[in-house]
This record gives sequence, C-alpha cells and structure tokens, in this order.
Amino acid sequence: MPSQAESGLAWWLRRVGGTVVDAIVRLGYASRFAAAVLTHSGSAFRRFPLTLREIYFAGVLSLVIIIVSGTFVGMVLGLQGYDVLERYGSSEALGVLVSLSLVRELGPVVAALLFASRAGSAITAEIGLMKATEQLSAMEMMAVDPIARVVAPRFWGGVISMPILGLLFSTMGIFGGYLVGVKLIGIDAGAFWGQMQSAVDFQRDILNGVVKSLVFGAAVCLIAVFEGYDAPPTAEGVSGATTRTVVASSLAILGLDFILTVFMFRGLGL
Amino acid sequence: MNRSAIDLWVGVFVTMGIAAVFFMALKVGNLSSFNSAPGYLLEARFHNIGGLKARAPIKSSGVRVGRVESIALDTESYEAVVTLRIEEKFSFTRDTIASILTSGLLGEQYIGLDAGGDPTMLKTGERIAKTQDAFVMEKLIGQFMFNKAAEGGGGK
Repeated sequence: MPSQAESGLAWWLRRVGGTVVDAIVRLGYASRFAAAVLTHSGSAFRRFPLTLREIYFAGVLSLVIIIVSGTFVGMVLGLQGYDVLERYGSSEALGVLVSLSLVRELGPVVAALLFASRAGSAITAEIGLMKATEQLSAMEMMAVDPIARVVAPRFWGGVISMPILGLLFSTMGIFGGYLVGVKLIGIDAGAFWGQMQSAVDFQRDILNGVVKSLVFGAAVCLIAVFEGYDAPPTAEGVSGATTRTVVASSLAILGLDFILTVFMFRGLGL
Repeated sequence: MNRSAIDLWVGVFVTMGIAAVFFMALKVGNLSSFNSAPGYLLEARFHNIGGLKARAPIKSSGVRVGRVESIALDTESYEAVVTLRIEEKFSFTRDTIASILTSGLLGEQYIGLDAGGDPTMLKTGERIAKTQDAFVMEKLIGQFMFNKAAEGGGGK
C-alpha cells in the first residue's frame, strides 16, 4: 500500500516538473525567436512593400470591426454613464467620462483584443499553414530566410497598425458617445466638448493610450507569429495554435494593461 | 490584390490615423489652448488651498484666463504658494483679489480673480496681495455650531 501511494505522489510530482520544464523551454524558445525577429526586422523596412501588404491585411481589413465596435461601445458608455451621472446632477460630465475611459483604457484594450482575434489568429493560421505545407522549408532550400521574408513583415505590419486602430476605436467611441449624449439625450454640446477638453490632457491621456496600443500590438504580433512558426505541421496543430494565440494574447493584453496603468497613472491623485 | 490597390488602402488607413490624432489633439484634448499662449506668471499665497490642484483653471468673471502652474509650501510662513500662469492677452490690476472657489456643489476647485480699480497692472513674477482661502466645510460647520451655541447661551 505505501509503495502505491509513493508511486502516485512521484507520478504527480513528475507531471508538475515536466509541465514546468516544458513551459521554461518554450519561453526560452519564444525569447530566442523574438530576438531573431528583431534582428531580422531590417529587411521588413528595406523591402517595405512586404510590410505594406501586411499593414493592409492586419490593419485595413480590421477597420470595419474596429469602427463598428468603437461606435457601439461609445454609445453604450453614453447611455450607462448618463444613467449614473444624472443621479448626481452632473450629466454634463458625460463627455469626460466617455472620453477618459475610452482614451485611457477601453480604446487600447478592446481594440487590441479585437485585433488579436481578427488579425492575430489570421497571422498564426497563415504562418502555421505555410509551415504545414512546407513552404517555409522550401524558402530555406532557396536560401531565403523565412523569418526575414515571412515573419518580420507580419510582425511590423501589426505593430504599425495597432496604434492607428486603437486611436480610431477611441475616436469612433467618442463620436458614439456624442451621438447618444448630445443628439439622443440632449446634453448641451458645448458642455460636452468643453468639459472633455478641460479634463483630457494630450500627453498624459492620449499619448499614454497610444503607448499602450504600441505595447499591446507588439505583444499580440509576437505571440501570433511565434505560435504560427511553432505550430505542429498538422491540421490539428494549426487549429490549436490559432486558439492559443487568441487566449495567450488576450491574457497578455490584460496583464500588460494592469502593469502599464500602474506605471502611467500611479500617484497622479486620480 | 495588386500593389496599387494595397498602397491606396494603406494610404487611406494611415490618413485616417493622422486625422484621429488631430481630432484627439484639438477636439478632445486641449493642445490648442495649451501651446498657443505661454502667458506670464503671478504668485498668490493662501493659508488653505483646499482641494486645489496644479493645472486647475483660473477664471475671471467665469472666463478662463489661465491655469495653475504649480503649488508649493513656504516652510517659513507655512503658507501655500500658488504660481498662476495667466494668458498674455489678459492683464490684471495690482489690487486684484484671488479667491479659491468651487464650480458647482461637487465640482473642481478653481481660482477666481476679481480685478480692482488700481491703474497699475501686475507684471510677471509679482504677487497678488489680497487672497481669499478655500471654503472648508468642516470649519464652516464648526463656526456655525459655535455661533448657535453662543446664541443659545446668551438667550438663557
């Protein structure tokens, strides 16, 4: 009996150890891959049409979902914010509520989450399928480095697109809040914009939002290209990698957002 | 998808991004009113500034004429030293009164300037001599209760 319990415990410990070792090996591989992408990123700018094509696929094609969801998020914020602010008789502060929550948090975070599901998964699936159909090996045979030719342009295309998408999300959200607050509910337009302008600071709020977008863009694209490059070359492997991209990048966005917010807005008396 | 179509759409995308930056800077943020007028500095001393913060507005007759540049404590007299940045186009008389006011019941605090009749104007770096402290609820209630108690005592 005791020997059986011991073997059960050993089995459990071995499983824990194996999981940890695998995770560390994968993390190390991912870091080396990230370093390789960064050292090969010169080619993404020397052959800029390649990156331009990826900006088109990651950025331009995500425009519709970003604009539509931005407008609706702003409209919902307008309705919910008015409901609460009205109780305190300060419904004119709706512009401040909508703009600050969008510019600081919702714009960068929600745009990045949408970007991860819309563009990140596509990047993973594309690179994973290229690997499964041995296109990457074929490139290596022709002495073309797949990291410089395939991975780096996708990475930089996403990193360039993400801040623009985040800004457009916030802009459309503020427009949606304006539609609901001013056009539908009937708050004074002057108070809406005026209070917003006196509360929103370009450097502290808007530029920090853009910095957040940039960091999220880099994280999502790095996870997406890594998962694609690392995917097992089977149909099942590619589908699993796509799922992992969305899950891992969503968690990374939320975790990074907390860390960035602590550094950006700590001690400002807010 | 051929090259020129991709270029066109990326151009549209980037242009929209630039337009969003301008919208944010001019319509949502306050970059336009911030850079256009550097203004000049005045100093005012208060015994109590309440909840006044740096970058709070300075108003005269309700019109914004500048912003609070910085707040410090004079360790000799234990007074709050508030530096005011007033826009260049506004000038105030030497006997101007600076008071800390609150906009609305729960609103933010700002500095109100009431100009007097003195012919000389305040120049940069000078101090506003007459100031009125922030309204502190606890002190006011304390004073009110003290007066009530005094009244009650006198009536008996």
